[in-house]
Amino acid sequence: MRKYSLWVLTWGLIVLVLLMPPAVVVAEALKNGLAPALASLSDPDGLAAIWLTLEVTVVSVLANTVFGVMAAWVLTKYRFPGRSALLVLVELPLSISPVVSGLVWLLLFGAQGWWGPALEQAGIHIAFAVPGIMLATIFVTLPYVVRTLVPLMEQQGRDAEEAAMLAGAGFWNILWRVTLPGARVALFSGILLTTARAMGEFGAVSVVSGHIPGMTETMPLHIESLYNGYQTVAAFSMAALLAGMAMMAVLLRSAPEWLARWKEKQA
Amino acid sequence: MSVQVEHLVRYAPGSTRRLLNDVSLDVPTGAFVALVGPSGAGKTTLLRAIAGLDTFEQGTLLLDGQTMGSMRDRARKIGFVFQNYALFPHMTVAKNIAFGLDVLPRSERPSRSAIAARVQELLDLMQIPDAGASYPARLSGGQRQRVALARALATGPKLLLLDEPFGALDPIVRRSIRTWLKALHERLGLTTILVTHDQDEAVEIADRIVVMQHGQIVQDATPEELNRNPQTAFVMEFLGEAPSFNGIVQDGLMVPDEAGLLPFAVDASVSPGPVTAMLRPYEIQVCSPDERSAQEPSLSLIPEGARNGYRHYRAQLAERSVPFSIPDCTENTVEIQASGFLDISRARLFRDGERCR
Repeated sequence: MRKYSLWVLTWGLIVLVLLMPPAVVVAEALKNGLAPALASLSDPDGLAAIWLTLEVTVVSVLANTVFGVMAAWVLTKYRFPGRSALLVLVELPLSISPVVSGLVWLLLFGAQGWWGPALEQAGIHIAFAVPGIMLATIFVTLPYVVRTLVPLMEQQGRDAEEAAMLAGAGFWNILWRVTLPGARVALFSGILLTTARAMGEFGAVSVVSGHIPGMTETMPLHIESLYNGYQTVAAFSMAALLAGMAMMAVLLRSAPEWLARWKEKQA
Repeated sequence: MSVQVEHLVRYAPGSTRRLLNDVSLDVPTGAFVALVGPSGAGKTTLLRAIAGLDTFEQGTLLLDGQTMGSMRDRARKIGFVFQNYALFPHMTVAKNIAFGLDVLPRSERPSRSAIAARVQELLDLMQIPDAGASYPARLSGGQRQRVALARALATGPKLLLLDEPFGALDPIVRRSIRTWLKALHERLGLTTILVTHDQDEAVEIADRIVVMQHGQIVQDATPEELNRNPQTAFVMEFLGEAPSFNGIVQDGLMVPDEAGLLPFAVDASVSPGPVTAMLRPYEIQVCSPDERSAQEPSLSLIPEGARNGYRHYRAQLAERSVPFSIPDCTENTVEIQASGFLDISRARLFRDGERCR
């Protein structure tokens, strides 16, 4: 009996908290049928938002993959003073409110910021422009690749790399042929988490973007604008698309596991 | 490839504790040397220093009479087999073995077919000819061991360094891989240094044994010499079971503290004072009381079965029992309820851990 009620409670919670919201979003988007929903997505500002989101996501994922691999390498292969402090610092973006992370960039690059005026004179626009959005997103999504790689690489130790070194492999050969392939599942998972997070980031981006429709609005910001302008169908269509993209990324994370299980069955 | 280590000192990172304390070792080309000792003795540290995987603070290291500056100088000249094999899990066995050849710059790299031929040659040599396409996870411990060895040998190194390579193998595989490795060493004309904590393994496989303790080399000798002439009580004990008896030397006679043991004559070079006598169980003898003395202590023997051509017993002394053994053949008989003494006159004598007879 107790087992049964626990089961009901668990599923009840999951349906209420996890499954209901996306279902409601999709239902609202399709309220007037599929055609108006699709039409709202092809609005020029909507398309611009989708493009900007993809651009920002690609840039953040690239930047954080390169940084994440380097950081994880340094943090796991070497012992140096300040190592544990660095491990904690890497997680900072997870604990700081995204709004604060956005404000930091404004303080640095805004019109009244530290470096803003000088850069402005040089013709470089960061705040209320695409570079600012990218910086903010990179900052917020920085921990994911590092945090998924570090435990795995820690556990793998240095032996494989030392063996490669003695076999005559140089730094790049070791990185490409030994370290990264050995950690590929964790790396893949970290990259997809970063992707999902980068697409959905609202707080930090909202502060630095300036909400210029068609210019500096990413999908989440555009959804907010649409909603505040009582364009519910358009808002929910965009939201459904965004949720779908993020869910795809998260589902892909388990792909290696399925693949392995499938291979196992074949063998 | 010869290895000369002179006065090597390595400190534990960030401390003044010496992991290697003035270690000197000379391994001529073609030798098979075993580094033995308890864990923490510095065996692996020394091996890693020779391989260039770890640095050292003082001393010199010469390979074939030359100092080795960087990893690049050593690469491909040294084959190293790690304790846990350190195979690349995402590569097939063939790719693992070919790794050292695959990473060569294009101008030096053998052709694809030459590499494949070399891999097959090594697989045959390792007696796992069909393992090439499998992934390491599918292999047994003994097979992984052989793959690790094949990978270490792929670039044709002249020096083979093995860090406890048999640790994770079951006893039967261990025994067969030992003899096989020894044969391989001779066949390829390698210089081999093996780290192990198993003295039996070292005695069986190596032609020289280097005993280490506390980051220092305690004794460096052939297995026979080591058994006959252990320099310290530690070496004596490390090489095998060695019951020890405390006693006092006076007037050219060693008198054991415990009852039931016969005093025995020692030569004049041993100065009077307390000593510890140590010997192997098969060097202990039982003599019946009427031969020597009027006392008649009782001596009970507990049989413990026969192994390796010896019958094993425990002899009960006043406060403890000591092992002893006799060759297992029919004409040898020992009375279980004998009265008599233990004759320990074949013992080596140690004072403060150092040999004095």
